[in-house]
Amino acid sequence: MDCLFGFVGDGFVMMGADTSACQSIIRVKQGIDKILETGGKKLMGAVGDGGDRVQFTEFIEANMQLYSFRNGVPLSTNATAKFIRGELATALRKGPYNANLLVGGLDAGEVSLYYIDYLATLHKMNCAAHGYGALFMYTLFDSEWKPGMSLEEAKVLARKCIAEVKLRLVVAPPEFLVKIVDKDGCRVVSLEE
Amino acid sequence: MARRYDSRTTIFSPEGRLYQVEYAMEAISHAGAAVGVLSKEGVVLAAEKKIMSKLLETSKTTEKMYKLDNHVAAAVAGITADANILINNARLSAQRYTFTYDEPIPVEQLVQHLCDTKQGYTQYGGLRPFGVSFLFAGWDEHYGFQLYQSDPSGNYGGWKATAIGANNQAAQSILRQDYKEDITLDEALKLVIKVLSKTMDSTELTADKLELTSVTKTESGEVKYHVFTEKDMEPLLAFANAASQASTE
Repeated sequence: MDCLFGFVGDGFVMMGADTSACQSIIRVKQGIDKILETGGKKLMGAVGDGGDRVQFTEFIEANMQLYSFRNGVPLSTNATAKFIRGELATALRKGPYNANLLVGGLDAGEVSLYYIDYLATLHKMNCAAHGYGALFMYTLFDSEWKPGMSLEEAKVLARKCIAEVKLRLVVAPPEFLVKIVDKDGCRVVSLEE
Repeated sequence: MARRYDSRTTIFSPEGRLYQVEYAMEAISHAGAAVGVLSKEGVVLAAEKKIMSKLLETSKTTEKMYKLDNHVAAAVAGITADANILINNARLSAQRYTFTYDEPIPVEQLVQHLCDTKQGYTQYGGLRPFGVSFLFAGWDEHYGFQLYQSDPSGNYGGWKATAIGANNQAAQSILRQDYKEDITLDEALKLVIKVLSKTMDSTELTADKLELTSVTKTESGEVKYHVFTEKDMEPLLAFANAASQASTE
């Protein structure tokens, strides 16, 4: 039911997630923000059952803050993704976290997006998505995504992705929240035309 | 008087001193000198070898200089066996960092990690401190080329030019006079040789008494740790010996 997607554009990374918190077939709450704006210019979106999503992301966030305080500089996006993957991998054969993430950010002008799943898979990608909705989004990425997209073009693609999920998925979430990270930092974007 | 308070490392004396730490530093002041100079183009480390023998297999033993990771090197002054433990520690720390974060460890973090270990031996465990001082030379993307010095207490500082080991005060005063802000790598190489030639006991500098290394960047942007061979050192030593001849005439 959870849906998380992201892709890179010209000097920014766009990331969107649904805003519903669900327990089996009941929607417990809406208006949840599943994309954390973490140290430096980074977005960390996470989806997963139970308390794992929040527990794990807060744990990662605390570690990132600690790193910043100890060392005077925030972790790069690549290092953050590798760290997250390491934690998931270590916990996998002890007490696994059921959390799927996307980490996107800007480092010295370079944009990057990382796909991390609950089995501690890590891939650097241009477009990525988690959840049932991903099935539809990947086909849209294949046909519509191109490198160096402007913000407007990115909004068009995001709108198409969300519309497709709502059209075809039986358990489609009613509401999405979309954010971007660029040289000015992280912020919410409205997809209104 | 001091005798009462110095057999245990982990207690203060009434005057507020840690005698074992001070005795460790005393041991280092008898060890072979090491000098480091920071330039915009790289960091130079030079050290005086104390163990000299025709029978020594020089290609297999390095007494003073060690590569800690692809982008960091260290020069040692003090008890070599103690240094080996810490060098290994540093190498482990660097690799663990890369395993966790997929990037090279920032130089200062590596120094801090080693110094935290050294500090531990002054506060708990009842073990004596390490009788080693280090000069760390490295490059990272946050602060570029850097030079750090650490001592048995676990204190460290960032330096533009510094010296440890025998006659380090004399070395430091020469560095203070001759170091300039925009020093080039070549000038730095000549400076460290000059400093060592003035502070070493022997009358003339030869390549078998020295270890000389540099941390620089290649044209492609990779960090390079270069150990100067005897051949590499020839022109620099010739220059230094000529200069000291000229100044004594």
